[in-house]
Amino acid sequence: MKADPIGVLTGEHYLDGDHACAEGAIAAGCRFFAGYPITPSTEVAERFVARAPFVGGIFIQMEDELGSMAALIGAAWGGKKAMTVTSGPGFSLMMENIGLAAMMETPCVVVNVQRGGPSTGLPTMVGQQDMMQARWGSHGDYEIIALSPASPQEAFDYTIKCFNLSEKYRVPVLFMMDECVGHMTEKVVIPRAEEIDLYPRRLTKKPPEKYWPYEYGEDLVPDMIVAGTGYRIHTTGLTHDERGYPVMSPVAQNKLVKRLCDKIRLNADDIIEIEEDQTDDAEVIVMAYGITSRVCLPAVFKARKKGIKVGYIKLITIWPFPEKRVRELASKVKAFVMPEINMGQVVLELERCVAGQAKTYHVPHAGGWVHDPEDIYKVIEEAVK
Amino acid sequence: MSNANANVPEHPMEKLLRMERIPHIWCPTCGIGTALSCFITALEKFDYPLDKVVVVSGIGCTGRVAGYIKLDSFHTTHGRAIPFATGLKLANPELKVVVFSGDGDLAAIGGNHLIHAARRNMDLTVICVNNFIYAMTGGQTAPTTPLTANSSTAPYGNSEPPFNLPLLVGSCGAVYVARWTALHIRRLANSIGEALNKKGFSFIEVIAPCSTLYARRNRLGTGLDLMKFYHDNSEIRHGAPLEELDIGFQQKIIVGKFIDRERPTFLENWNNWLSQKLGDKFVPYGVAPQQMQLRKAG
Ligand SMILES: Cc1ncc(C[n+]2csc(CCOP(=O)(O)OP(=O)(O)O)c2C)c(N)n1
Repeated sequence: MKADPIGVLTGEHYLDGDHACAEGAIAAGCRFFAGYPITPSTEVAERFVARAPFVGGIFIQMEDELGSMAALIGAAWGGKKAMTVTSGPGFSLMMENIGLAAMMETPCVVVNVQRGGPSTGLPTMVGQQDMMQARWGSHGDYEIIALSPASPQEAFDYTIKCFNLSEKYRVPVLFMMDECVGHMTEKVVIPRAEEIDLYPRRLTKKPPEKYWPYEYGEDLVPDMIVAGTGYRIHTTGLTHDERGYPVMSPVAQNKLVKRLCDKIRLNADDIIEIEEDQTDDAEVIVMAYGITSRVCLPAVFKARKKGIKVGYIKLITIWPFPEKRVRELASKVKAFVMPEINMGQVVLELERCVAGQAKTYHVPHAGGWVHDPEDIYKVIEEAVK
Repeated sequence: MSNANANVPEHPMEKLLRMERIPHIWCPTCGIGTALSCFITALEKFDYPLDKVVVVSGIGCTGRVAGYIKLDSFHTTHGRAIPFATGLKLANPELKVVVFSGDGDLAAIGGNHLIHAARRNMDLTVICVNNFIYAMTGGQTAPTTPLTANSSTAPYGNSEPPFNLPLLVGSCGAVYVARWTALHIRRLANSIGEALNKKGFSFIEVIAPCSTLYARRNRLGTGLDLMKFYHDNSEIRHGAPLEELDIGFQQKIIVGKFIDRERPTFLENWNNWLSQKLGDKFVPYGVAPQQMQLRKAG
């Protein structure tokens, strides 16, 4: 399925990451936005509401983030592609209903333009400190998908990817931007609508009497309906069976929760996207995401110039984590170096996957600004020894 | 579900119930079932395709209504039924979206959504079963628990004043506000019917007995005794001033229809204002183009 030209501003633009994200959403066919303002994410909402009246979309500024997230799930079941946008404190408030979206298998996109925390922290300054909350923030066991962009162009491109993955796997997809990417302005090339591939909603072809809302096929993802089309389904955040009915038993729980996790875990190869450079002969690999994947480049270049065999991996998909690729590389390299604007989050996952086969170095930063590349370089030097 | 005994005729409500889910979880003499059957009675007379009627519930005993009614139905999170319903309704304005939940769900944890949905005049019908207590979690104080009444978190009696729900939603802008007890079966069903036909935010409070927790903790006898009390002590006063609708412990309960007025809905405001502002460039949301023309002309 191709994008609807009505929503695609084909051409070259100078946009900040937030605006590019809103354009990506509209190009992806998102026509419902519920949100609550918070720095540094608000510009996404502002762009969306300015554009919505011309593309047949609707925007509602909810009373809080709890409501925004609930409205998103409702809108998705009402047949719309839906998104919300927030930053740290609002992300925390959305968590309960992100769990509901995972449990009800509701396609929707949640953007978190990260700032420095904890608490109100640094409202206008960068952080990458909600990465583990994205993974584990709601209660219980479940899987989501999370992506992270490194430029306004990627904010556009990967917002579309978020919607596509969300539809394909019927899962909330979390778009983990950071303040730097959100607020930096760069050239963004928006392609023609016919060049944008969209994954359509997986609507069932079965008639109501043959349809169960959580009956699934080979890829473990059930087909969906739109409310009001005669299927008369029931769905709940309680543990449920294929009919969507509550079943309070360990058997039902194990079956459902295992599938919710497996539909992402077993399809990880299809979901994961990373960029690699010079990993073939690398002794050390610098791994980063978001703005940090750009800030680390001067350090990588300098190290190569000095003859250090350094490779580079940029994570676009953060969750699921590219475990398989990391394990392959871990047996060949001496070390991984991971700068993040937090005190150690995704690096924990890296360490887990490396599993002692190589050394891992974190380059922490508590937020407010990006790394000094020199600090990253020093760690690369140390790591190659 | 087909009846095993062909001689037993189908119960008139079976068409709208998920019979495979029966027996339900509610206690004997609980008022939620009555509220649900009044809703079904109203739906049977409701001149609207039932495939387009959707029920959203939050969490609690009342929240389980979504699981028993044979419509598209969503059992969501505690307090968030109204915003969930808001998203559904806005995604597809053709739907008639009904929120059916408890007083704690709607007015405590969900209080913020309740008042804002009324203010915006979101086109929803909200049926709020008020049993004066948090029933599902075992009888704790609710935002409607009368002053001095006993609950598991007010073992010496409740010292905080309760919400007057009609006043709360009425003052925020609801277009239809009524209160009935679960004993006013015909009036309640009629009232739900009126609310369903209303465009905008309609709210019905249903005073319902909770014999297992509220009656027992307060030594009010059996469910039957509670019902008798409601029967003897409710007074119908349509149009009563909202300020006079407080409910005290074992005091008179004023019931009736208090508000029935017109205000443009959230979506009408969006479409009317933006078409005025942006003219032909505006793509109206969720409205067939001819309807939009009419509205502009009118
Ligand atoms: C976020 C959250 N907090 C608390 C609960 C526990 N809880 C479940 S039902 C309920 C109260 C329900 O009371 P009410 O809405 O009056 O419904 P009733 O059971 O009386 O019908 C509470 C506090 C929950 N499920 N979720």
